[in-house]
Order: sequence, then C-alpha cells, then structure tokens
Amino acid sequence: MKQYISFFRIRFAAGLQYRTAAWAGISTQFFWGIMNILMYRAFYQSNPEGFPMDFRQLTGYVWLQQAFLAMFMTWFYDNEIFGHITDGSIAYELCRPCDLYSMWFVKNMAIRLSRVALRCFPILLVVALLPAPYGISLPVSLPAFLLFLVSMLLGFLVLIAFNMLVYISAFYTISPMGIRILVTSVLEFLAGAVIPIPFFPKWLQPVLYALPFGSVQSTPFLVYVGHLDAEAAVRAVALQLFWVLALVAVGRFAMGKALKKVVVQGG
Amino acid sequence: MLYKRYLSMLLKSQLQYKASFVMTAIGQFLVSFTTFLSMYFMFDRFSQVEGFTFSEVLLCFSVVLMAFSFTECFARGFDVFPRLIRTGELDRILVRPRSVVFQVLTSTMEFTRFGRFLQAVLVLCYAIPASGVNWTGDKIITLIAMFLGGCAVFAGLFILYAGFSFFTIDGLEFMNIFTDGSREFGKYPLVIYGEGVLKLLTYVIPIALFQYYPFLYLIGRTENRWMMVLPLVGFVFLLPCYGFFRLGLSRYQSTGS
Repeated sequence: MKQYISFFRIRFAAGLQYRTAAWAGISTQFFWGIMNILMYRAFYQSNPEGFPMDFRQLTGYVWLQQAFLAMFMTWFYDNEIFGHITDGSIAYELCRPCDLYSMWFVKNMAIRLSRVALRCFPILLVVALLPAPYGISLPVSLPAFLLFLVSMLLGFLVLIAFNMLVYISAFYTISPMGIRILVTSVLEFLAGAVIPIPFFPKWLQPVLYALPFGSVQSTPFLVYVGHLDAEAAVRAVALQLFWVLALVAVGRFAMGKALKKVVVQGG
Repeated sequence: MLYKRYLSMLLKSQLQYKASFVMTAIGQFLVSFTTFLSMYFMFDRFSQVEGFTFSEVLLCFSVVLMAFSFTECFARGFDVFPRLIRTGELDRILVRPRSVVFQVLTSTMEFTRFGRFLQAVLVLCYAIPASGVNWTGDKIITLIAMFLGGCAVFAGLFILYAGFSFFTIDGLEFMNIFTDGSREFGKYPLVIYGEGVLKLLTYVIPIALFQYYPFLYLIGRTENRWMMVLPLVGFVFLLPCYGFFRLGLSRYQSTGS
C-alpha cells in the first residue's frame, strides 16, 4: 500500500507544478461554461415547457462539469503508459515489485486530481457569487451533499477503470489512437458530457442511467443539483459501486491475460 | 510543384498504417456525429430555437464544420507548432531556403480529419433540400463564400495560436476558446448566445462574418445582398494573425538543444 501512496504523491506533486496551464484552463472553462449556459438559455426562452429540469439545476450541472472537468474528461490519457506498451519499456515496469494495474490506476488518479485541485476552487468560488439562475446554489441538504461526495469518488473510479481498459487494449493493437478516439467520443456522449442525460429522449434515459457511462459524471452532478430524489439517488450510487467493481474486475482479468502473452523484444 | 510532392508524401506515409488510419477517421466522424445527435435531441425536444428550425441550423453546423476540418487538415502544422519550438525543429526550418509558412504547412497534415469533413458534407447534403431555401445562384455563391471565409478565419486562428506559442507554451490552453470553441459554438446561429457575444464574434474574432450574417441571407431573413461577399472579409483577418506570428518569430531565440 505504501508504494502506491508514494506513486500517488509523486504524480500529484508533479501535476501541481503547472500553474500557468491551470490559469489558462480556468479561463477556458469559464468561457465554456458561460457559452453553454447562454445556449441553454436560448432554448429555455424558446420553449420553457420543454426544459427537463429547473434552469438553476442546469446551470449548477454546467458549472460542476467545468469545475471538475479534469476529473471526468474522457480524452485525457497518460501517454507515458501507451509509450511503455508500444516501445517495450514495460519490461522495467514489470520488474517492479508491485501490481501493474494498481500502479497505473493510482498514477491516473493522481494526475487528474492534481489538475482538479488547482482548478476547481477558483471556478467554484466565482460561480457561487454569480446572480441566482446563472451561478451554482448550495446543495439541497447535508445528506445530499455527503451522498454527492461519495458519488463523485465512485464516478471518478468508474472513469479510470474505463481508461484502464483503453490502456490494456494497446497490448493488442499496437496503435491505440483509433480505439482511443472511438471510446472517447462514445463515452463523452453517453456519459452526459455533451448534453446532460435528462435532455436525451425519454425512452433512452433509463438505458443510459443503467449503463456504466451514466455512472461517471452524471450521477454525482444530478445528485448535487437535486434532480434525483432521495431514493433514486441512493439507488444510482449503489449502481455506481457495482460498476466500479465490475469494470475493475474486467480490467484486471484482461490485463492478466495480456501480460501472460506479452513478449518484449530485446534491446 | 513542391507543395504537391509534400502532399503526396505525407498522404502515402499516413496510409502505411491503414487500419489505424481508418479507425481514426471513423473516430473523427463519430466525434462530430455525437455533436450532431445532441443537436437532434435538443431540437426533438424544443422544436426550434429563437425561430430557427433544425434543418436551418444544420446549414450553420455543416458549413462551420466543413471549414474547420478542411483547415485543420491542411494547417495542422500550425496546430502542432508548439512542438516544433519545443523540439528545436523550428531552427532547422529557419535555415532552409523556403518560407517559414510554407515549411510549417508541409511539416505535417492530418488526413484523418476527412472523417469529420465527410460528416459535414453529408449533413450539408441533407440540409440543402431540407432547409427550404430557394437555391438561386446568389445563394449558392453565398454558401461557397461562407466556406471560403470560414477556412480563412480558422487558418487565421491557427496561425494566431502558433504565434502565441512563441510567448507561452503552458498557457496555450486558453486558445482553445477560439479554435475549438468557434467550432463547438458555431454549430448554432451565433445570435442565440446574445447580442454581446455576437458583437464580440463580429468585431474581435470575426466568426459571425461567415456564419451568422450570410446565414440570415441564405434563409431569407434579410435581403441585403452585401451578405454574399461579407464572408470574404475573413481573409482580412489573416493579416493581423500573420503579423502577430511574424512578431513572435522576430523575437524567437531558439530553445537550444
């Protein structure tokens, strides 16, 4: 366990060094959030009855999305890991006295969390001060807030378990670009990152909530803004837990199989 | 011509990995297809936005995406320009007897972007009859001008992006607001973001010149025939962008090696 904590600490500290990048990111995310909200406002004004959630809930969702983007962005991968697999330096990784799956998992967590740590607070602080329908409001209740924290953690784990599957696919395909871009676009869309799941057609929504994609960012954000009632929220969080366990199990299994066959050519 | 040779060389080299090439192109197609689907779902729910219908908005979406993916394919060199600086590759470019812009353009091209381009063309093919526009010669010219103007503005933005990389490498992410942002938010007529944003996107980053105003002429909301040539003003935007790039280049001191 100690070794994984060290990996986490090193990666986390390294990530904290990129401060200019963080400021650039923060301004980008502000802009992105504002433009998105303006877009939804136009639809809201054109047809308020069609809006599937309160406008305030929607703005809350958008701002959470922007503040925690680094945690849930689907296009971000650690290129070092792909490098290890394609150029054979995975041999060194395999020599280490620790479990490869856990090590990569922890490293990915650390990079993302270090980015979020730098970016989320300035964004949350400013949007908390924005006037009523455009900012973010406090969570509906204390239990809801606690559930939100648990749900954030689980959603985060689900996403990284997904990422791990893409890394593992590189063992089989050599050039992971294609799969990476496919998974990214599908995941992004079905996770409710392009438009929130409540904006999908009614018949499709239950399917999306049930799939692992719905367990990534949608559940915690909808819990926070109070779109899910207490019972639905608890059920959704339980489903998240299920997907974490299932995806990690699949990933470990696939990695075990890949490593059995892996051949590193001299050099 | 030298450019043609580079073009065929880069194309051949990228086609060496056929499976990966096809997968990436399909991926590019899918990325913009999800954007399209999300728009479909939004209009399915709301039926119109500020009086614009789905098929009208698709004209905006496809023209912007066409111009963007076309430019991205050929001006990719400016998109990865920070890498040329970081690796010192730019120094090699500077000592060769050809212009910098030419060499940056030919340093790389991204043909998989045609996946996106294809998507835009398909959507346009659907939108042309479905939008209910009476396609006279004027309107066709306007549409072509929108595409050309769009290419010019996006090329300008990529050059601007490259110019900024002379001053900061870390802070470049904010430029995504203009490049990816224009593509992402240009899918809807820009007026839906409000008057303030529209003014900004007219006078500062002139996206509205090839998107919103000529679009109004296309769907018959205005009879002002000047809208036909307005997109071409986008080419003027290239001047300050190129100027900025030259400014950065003149202060370039190499990264050493």
